[in-house]
Amino acid sequence: MPTFVYMTRCDGCGECVDICPSDIMHIDPVTRRAYNIEPNMCWECYSCVKACPQNAIDVRGYADFAPLGHSVRVLREEEKGTISWRIKFRDGREKNFVSPICTEKWGEKIEDLATLPVPDEEALNSELLCYEPDVLGYAGGLRKLPGKFKQGVYY
Amino acid sequence: MFTSNPFAELSTWISPSLMQAYVIVMIIMVAAGTIIDVLHKKSAKYFSENMRKSKALGTKEVGGGEMVSIAIKTAIVDVAASGEFCDQRRRITHLLTMYGFVLFAATTAIMIFGYIGSTTPAILPLLWHAGALMLCVGGYWFWFFIRVDVAAEGNAWYRVIRADLFILSLLATATFGLIWSALQAAGVAVWSALFFFLFIFASTVLFGGVLWSKFAHMFFFNDTATTEIYTEADGSRDGLPEPADQPEQFGPGIKRLAPKNY
Repeated sequence: MPTFVYMTRCDGCGECVDICPSDIMHIDPVTRRAYNIEPNMCWECYSCVKACPQNAIDVRGYADFAPLGHSVRVLREEEKGTISWRIKFRDGREKNFVSPICTEKWGEKIEDLATLPVPDEEALNSELLCYEPDVLGYAGGLRKLPGKFKQGVYY
Repeated sequence: MFTSNPFAELSTWISPSLMQAYVIVMIIMVAAGTIIDVLHKKSAKYFSENMRKSKALGTKEVGGGEMVSIAIKTAIVDVAASGEFCDQRRRITHLLTMYGFVLFAATTAIMIFGYIGSTTPAILPLLWHAGALMLCVGGYWFWFFIRVDVAAEGNAWYRVIRADLFILSLLATATFGLIWSALQAAGVAVWSALFFFLFIFASTVLFGGVLWSKFAHMFFFNDTATTEIYTEADGSRDGLPEPADQPEQFGPGIKRLAPKNY
């Protein structure tokens, strides 16, 4: 479900524009409020939803499979390290979830990439991400998937 | 310069009644622009429907006393102190431009209607100049460093979009007003006249362009802020989840980072 902005709640701070990995959150040239310029290109990562300090960004499904009337609202509380979701269905049912956004203190446990030395030529040409796998907390290559897939979700 | 009424000296070649008529026309243009804007965007309908939806979802009734407290809270926190801004720099620039504009506009009207033929108390022109300076400080700070399409989208500061009509005409009014006042005090008649006409042109665009600019935000914003606080009070929370039942054990996280990674 792609994201959209409640224009009256948005104060045009630009946090969503800055964080969107798909670069589709932009500033409206008439109202100077954020908007999703291309919902069908949205990765649905919800980075903008979580980053919005005004809780102005909501998500909605495409009308063919999720007709209007539902809502997905997010409350991010960084000091508590939680992100809460309230899902309202069209038939009135409601589900609430609370998840951790970070289990370590900001600025203490997370590697500050700017302080690491610049990767060499070989690393830059590698298919791995910067300082992968060390910076991602695993060594010895990618995790092996089970030999045979079956229906369901793997963790 | 700072203690002399620039409009009093202007009365030697423009009649006071013409100046007063101009101010009245500008007030009418702002009122008309705002009303047309409300009708065109259906803003009043939107806010009343939002309020109705919130009441339907609310878990408790909001009493008269609570409504008064919401109104006072909105007036003090959100309107007078620009409390809605999460970025403190934006909040400061907004406060500077807002109070600068109020001082500038109010003292202009008082000096034109009350003190053209008589001695102007020194405090009025002082406040007029202070208001214009506050507008310039807040406005140029915002224009060069804080505009989100410049800071977050990485656009050049000289890229102009329709949303800039309000801030640009506001800045031009204050800047040309100050330059006109300085040139008038220095006795440079020709340049003073030129900057006076630029000042009038900018203020006409500012007040006449309400329908196309963001000027009307100062009227709509109160509705938005009131709705937000109301939805907190009636328990509907605008559909947002309840705050998590967890201790505040972490830092401000991403909130401490300015959206400026371009």
